[in-house]
Amino acid sequence: MLDVEVPASSARAIDARQPIISARQVTQIYKGGSAGAVTALSNVGFDIEQGELISLVGPSGCGKSTLLRILAGLNRPTAGTVELHGRPRLEPGPETAVVFQQPILLPWRTILENVLLPIEFRELALPAYRTRAVELLASVGLDGFENRYPHELSGGMQQRAAIARALIQDPEILLMDEPFGALDAMTREQMNLDVLRIWRESRKTIIFVTHSISEAVFLSQRVFVMSPRPGRLTEILDIDLPFPRSLDVINTDAFGRYTARIRGLLQAIGDVSS
Amino acid sequence: MTAVDSTPFPSARSAPPTRRRPVIANWARLMRRRPEWTITPALVVLMIAAWAFVTHVFNVPEFVLPRPEAVWSALVEGLSHGPTDAGGYWYHAGITIYESLAGLVLGSVFGGLIGFGLGSSQLLERTFYPFIIAFQALPKVALAPLLVIWFGLGFDGKIYITAIITFFPVLVSAIAGSHAVDPERLDLARSCNARPSQILRKIVIPSALPFLFAGLNVASALAVLGAIVGEFVGARAGLGMLLIQYDQAMQIAPLFAILVLLGVIGFAINYAVRVAERKYCFWAQRGRHAMAASH
Repeated sequence: MLDVEVPASSARAIDARQPIISARQVTQIYKGGSAGAVTALSNVGFDIEQGELISLVGPSGCGKSTLLRILAGLNRPTAGTVELHGRPRLEPGPETAVVFQQPILLPWRTILENVLLPIEFRELALPAYRTRAVELLASVGLDGFENRYPHELSGGMQQRAAIARALIQDPEILLMDEPFGALDAMTREQMNLDVLRIWRESRKTIIFVTHSISEAVFLSQRVFVMSPRPGRLTEILDIDLPFPRSLDVINTDAFGRYTARIRGLLQAIGDVSS
Repeated sequence: MTAVDSTPFPSARSAPPTRRRPVIANWARLMRRRPEWTITPALVVLMIAAWAFVTHVFNVPEFVLPRPEAVWSALVEGLSHGPTDAGGYWYHAGITIYESLAGLVLGSVFGGLIGFGLGSSQLLERTFYPFIIAFQALPKVALAPLLVIWFGLGFDGKIYITAIITFFPVLVSAIAGSHAVDPERLDLARSCNARPSQILRKIVIPSALPFLFAGLNVASALAVLGAIVGEFVGARAGLGMLLIQYDQAMQIAPLFAILVLLGVIGFAINYAVRVAERKYCFWAQRGRHAMAASH
């Protein structure tokens, strides 16, 4: 009852300082079969502010995808808590949308129908979203492909459609799980620029999982460096490179220092990859 | 390659002396591309010729192997009656087709529904799978006499026996199909807060369609079998009943004519299933041949 006495202004002030995501001592243990239990994540904690662009980087098996699944509500952590706006995340919700490693487009649906799938699942008014879907597809460079089937598109175009499918849900937080890992280097650079543009235009919070150090540095305001077995958050690195970024930033000394720093951290962990 | 490319008009120079070569080459290409339209019909003609040759030259008795022309005239005679005339083939064929299709539809609808039901629940599947295995090991045609006793000489018993026979391949393929759904598709659906019924409707069933059609293919081949066995046991009409009558009367030429009709009916039902598969599983055609080869 005392809560009623608190002035509205101070409550709002608390709200403004409250992170959009806060994780505390998140641990995930998979009960394996013959191999026994595997600790995928151990005591991971962090805060993420509204509108941040964060990368999770680390070698394969460091639990970064597991962490993303927990944020998406697809996994329930074995211990610890994840809160969105101070409310515990127990299952998937409209606050987040996921772009997976694979595009996962349904082959019997056209590109437009695939983008509208989340709208059907959430039982929102389809006609209203159809226009929006066409706009989103155009914004990711897929205008004219609405009525094509997924197999008619290249891998990069399929992943663009998957991004449009995530954006149509208008989530506060966009979770991207190594979305460009299967693409060639040039397509990948273009996709990275697209992510930066989407972030700039939509001001969404984006959490981007990758095992590419340079991709992490290029995209992010902060890079979370993770170590494997058990997965831990080793270091959080601020990337002080100005926005908007173009591909030229990759050739700067500052960029090189950041990538060298992260590579050094990963080597110190004892896992030399990429 | 380069030598050929360097001559300015190779076809203009080589065409006149070998004018007939391209025709043969075209036929060879057509045969390689469409063997089912060229080589297969040729083989059918060849087999009928061999059949005629054997029966004429060795004077095979009519009741062992009738001559093709005798079968042909029996077929023409049988088909010359109207569809309501119980003395002709159309009437009986109509009844057998009706029993086969009704049984196939009934069996596959139940097979599909129960299959997806069991496939979506570990508990249900593990509870009922022993029954399915036990029932599948039973030769279903052995139930035909019982069903004729229960449902009489009319259509119903034949429809039910056909339904029972076609039920199992569809059931098993629906269960297998619902297990084969890519778990990533389920993750995607869950991340969008899809309800289980939505996941079943929009993800699981469409994903399982290629499996389901593999089962339907088998079922469609078994549909005519069910109807015929039912008619063998006891019926007032149908091609199966005609077969028994001609057999007992030692009229082997019309018996062969009925066999030809049954072959055509079975082929047509299976073809209809394949057309439906091409329409609803157009997206799975690329992987189909690999799947078929692994069976």
